[in-house]
Amino acid sequence: MSEVKQEKEPLFSAKNRKLLTNPLNLNNPITVQVLGICSALAVTAKMKPAFVMALSVIVVTAAANLIVSLLRNGIPPRIRIIVQLVVVATLVILVDQVLKAFVYDVSKQLSVFVGLIITNCIIMGRLEAFAMSNKPWPSVLDGIGNGLGYGIILMAVAFMRELFGSGTIWGLHVIPKSFYEMGYQNNGFMILPPMALILVGIIIWIQRSRNPQLVEE
Amino acid sequence: MQELFNIFVKSIFVDNMVFAYFLGMCSYLAVSKTVQTSVGLGIAVIFVLGITVPVDYMLNEYILKAGALSWLDAGFADVDLSFLSFILFIAIIASMVQLVEMIIEKFSPSLYSSLGIFLPLIAVNCAILGGSLFMQEREYQSVAQATSFGLGSGIGWFLAIVGIAAIREKIRYSNVPAPLRGLGITFIITGLMGIAFMSFLGIKL
Repeated sequence: MSEVKQEKEPLFSAKNRKLLTNPLNLNNPITVQVLGICSALAVTAKMKPAFVMALSVIVVTAAANLIVSLLRNGIPPRIRIIVQLVVVATLVILVDQVLKAFVYDVSKQLSVFVGLIITNCIIMGRLEAFAMSNKPWPSVLDGIGNGLGYGIILMAVAFMRELFGSGTIWGLHVIPKSFYEMGYQNNGFMILPPMALILVGIIIWIQRSRNPQLVEE
Repeated sequence: MQELFNIFVKSIFVDNMVFAYFLGMCSYLAVSKTVQTSVGLGIAVIFVLGITVPVDYMLNEYILKAGALSWLDAGFADVDLSFLSFILFIAIIASMVQLVEMIIEKFSPSLYSSLGIFLPLIAVNCAILGGSLFMQEREYQSVAQATSFGLGSGIGWFLAIVGIAAIREKIRYSNVPAPLRGLGITFIITGLMGIAFMSFLGIKL
């Protein structure tokens, strides 16, 4: 049924493209929908763990949206939360094992936060709000879009924290030695957890002053 | 006893769930508009953390850990089921929340009506799963230690959400720049509260 309908509509129609691009800015999961902040901030002291985390979340949101969307007509509404949790937990176990096998040091740094993808509100939120009532292909796009929106904020915060906190980008020193000789010092404060919150606050400020329709009250 | 007290105090102040690890931020931001509702959610979190962490501890100790199954039969000594821990922990949490909800409904209808709406929310609160995962990572020695860690983390989360709710109630009368109103200022205040809580870092326990 759904196969036939999809052929009428091109895979990347304007509506579908919107699903992918909307979460990047106007409907960003972190700064607008306020979802998934739990894990977003703790892994952003360095860019590499932040990138791995963002990638894992994109994979899990897209795959969970696809699976739940395929199952959506068979899930009894009363137990849907449990079914969704089982799907997500299985995917997260897969991601965790892959990370442990291929990037062991990063998976050690992420510690419990890989496991916490299960309760990441972005995933549950998108499953409830989108995948339960939409066809598989738009759901995958919605998952990828929201994962990307999450990733962008994560990378922006990690970039600032790593640049000012340890003077490096992706582990490479970018601030020249001569700066340090002139008395420049890394701002150790950027590495500490509270600065992540303040940086996200500033990102929200910038975004909302550019898009006044997002302002509250 | 000393050890238990240390873990308790440390998990409230030094390793505060919200300010040191950002766990449970979603409901922290969503439900902190008034003090009254945040007290309700905070108590429910203390309750659930105090139950799920020790239960998950026993699950980890006797079933999941490498060699944990050796009490069944010596042949199971090299079985390691720890890769199953995510899915089992979340199942325990979801069913515990359901159970707690039913027990409270039966024995204290007044508490149920004040906590009622928050309990189902808690199953997907990152602070609860985070508590169990930290318990697993830090390898506590006994059920008592795990319990005091669970209760301490819950109380730390309670303090954080009641604090931010009180500040948000007051800030409604302040002249905050329009784009910062609501979410933005809440983030920045949480950051400042986090800096304040960092003053506990120096405590050696």
